[in-house]
Amino acid sequence: MKYSRILFANLFRKKIRTTLTIGSFAIALLLFGVLAAVRVAFSQGAGVAGVDRLVVRNKTSIIQPLPLSYREQMLRLSGVKEVTFLNWFGGVYQDEKNFFPQMAVDVPTYRSVVTDIGVTDAEWNAFVADRQGVIVGSSIADRFHFKVGDHIPIKGVIFQGAWDFNLVGIAKGDAAAGDMLPFIFHEDYLEEKRTYGKGTIGWYVVRIEHPDDSAQISKAIDATFSNSPFETKSDSEKEFAASWGKQLGNIKLIIMTIGAVVFVTLLLVTGNTMATAIRERVRELAVLKALGYSDQFVLWLVLAEGLTIAVIGGLLGLGLAVLVIPGMSKALAGLLPPLVLLPGDTALGVVFAIGAGVLSTLLPAMSAMRMRVVDALRRV
Amino acid sequence: MVFMVRVDGKSENSLVKVRGVDKVYRRGSEEIHVLQRLNLDVDAGDFVAFMGPSGSGKTTLLNLLGGLDVPTRGTITVAGDEITSMSGSKLTTWRARHVGFVFQMYNLIPVMTAFQNVELPLLLTNLSKAQRRTHVETALEMVGLADRMNHSPNQLSGGQEQRVGIARAIVADPTFLLCDEPTGDLDRKSADEVLTLLHRLSKDFKKTILMVTHDPLAATRADVTLHMDKGVLMEGVREGAIA
Repeated sequence: MKYSRILFANLFRKKIRTTLTIGSFAIALLLFGVLAAVRVAFSQGAGVAGVDRLVVRNKTSIIQPLPLSYREQMLRLSGVKEVTFLNWFGGVYQDEKNFFPQMAVDVPTYRSVVTDIGVTDAEWNAFVADRQGVIVGSSIADRFHFKVGDHIPIKGVIFQGAWDFNLVGIAKGDAAAGDMLPFIFHEDYLEEKRTYGKGTIGWYVVRIEHPDDSAQISKAIDATFSNSPFETKSDSEKEFAASWGKQLGNIKLIIMTIGAVVFVTLLLVTGNTMATAIRERVRELAVLKALGYSDQFVLWLVLAEGLTIAVIGGLLGLGLAVLVIPGMSKALAGLLPPLVLLPGDTALGVVFAIGAGVLSTLLPAMSAMRMRVVDALRRV
Repeated sequence: MVFMVRVDGKSENSLVKVRGVDKVYRRGSEEIHVLQRLNLDVDAGDFVAFMGPSGSGKTTLLNLLGGLDVPTRGTITVAGDEITSMSGSKLTTWRARHVGFVFQMYNLIPVMTAFQNVELPLLLTNLSKAQRRTHVETALEMVGLADRMNHSPNQLSGGQEQRVGIARAIVADPTFLLCDEPTGDLDRKSADEVLTLLHRLSKDFKKTILMVTHDPLAATRADVTLHMDKGVLMEGVREGAIA
């Protein structure tokens, strides 16, 4: 500890430069934390998917409809237990910025297929009884301060016009699906008011007898509707959830790419800063060596400076991420599962900061270690 | 008076013994002989000045004596230790124990106080914090700067900075002091103060001091002045007498 004075005296030699370098680490780690939380959110969608459910959509694209008549044909297939269907609604609440997913569901069949929606029987019964009834996930309810009994007007974007709903239940079970549950309402209400596309649906959700048969049943469903005007593509719900991610591109690849770019940029910036700092102090380091400080001491001194900056900046950035992520999670309620910075990712962030600190400082530190005293003292 | 500095390599009991030292630098295919077959003996307590034109090898000799560089040929022995056969790390340890450097440009760490600068060599020892404090305070008192120990170098004059540099050099009680142009960056008055201080260290505290200087007045404060030219050490002069 007696050497810490040398370390900190050097760290605070150029306060602005040190602050900015710490700041760059903090921003990088903030970004890392947020990206890690988003990555977890995306994988969480797939994680909570039911293993005994298939999703059947239009082979061309999920935004293309399927005929309602397909339901009966699928029910006749071996291993299929129940079939329900949904329609993407796409409306806004009060203002365009207040977007969240809304879906029309087939009330008689929905709960027997999607069993883990996190509502009580009383809420569900109230939903069934009210043609304009709606159930929302707790995240959406929290975001807009909805409570049961509220009258919710939605402005249709895909299905134009004003749509009125009555909030009869808030899904808040312990399953993550409760938070992910969007705004669901009666397909009958949509069918009655829609001006086009009657008799079509967005996609089917099929409950099967045995999860092990999912691949076989998917093939059978797609074979049934091959060479028709509405060919299908069937996947397990988990694959379907993952394909949502792919709709937006390979999220993981994007995250990793951004992370790598940030990491390399950080290395270059910090490495350059440290190299400049070492160049400015080459005589002082030479004097330390002349006084009897070893080459290894000088190496560790420079490395310790880089590490201190990296760890302070890293902890600051991760701390900021912990503060910011709940707010982001609230703002994205309904669009993504809750954003959470996992302890493992926090630890990874600390490792990342330490690694960046060591790597960026290693070259200047080695250069300082190898420096010959007589050469350094000769420099002006 | 006994003449204690010899350049003929025939003394056996000197503190510093330099035998047949050559230093050759290579610049491409060209060889530059900075020091040539140099012999030197310095006894404990001597204050020796080295003078000579630029490029004559004075600073190179000082670097070799301080273990900062190694000769191409020859040996250097200090207090019985042959430093020319030591490894780099051993030489570093030896330097911490035996050498006190005083530089022309003072070379204090600007972000540390006078106290902290002087304490630097002691951090390498096993002294306790309290012991280090006592040593540092004593060293600063010896150079007359006890009241400036909490000042940073930019709050001190050039002469004061050099006195802090001398305090740093003597604080660990090294075997000898190596001073490279210690007054080269000072005005006359400050230079006199520094030279008086070095002289006092030599006479009152029996410190062995080897000083490189361009300043003839500075050289007169030493016991012996040795002249160097083209890497060769000439005979010394002491108190105006031919040795």
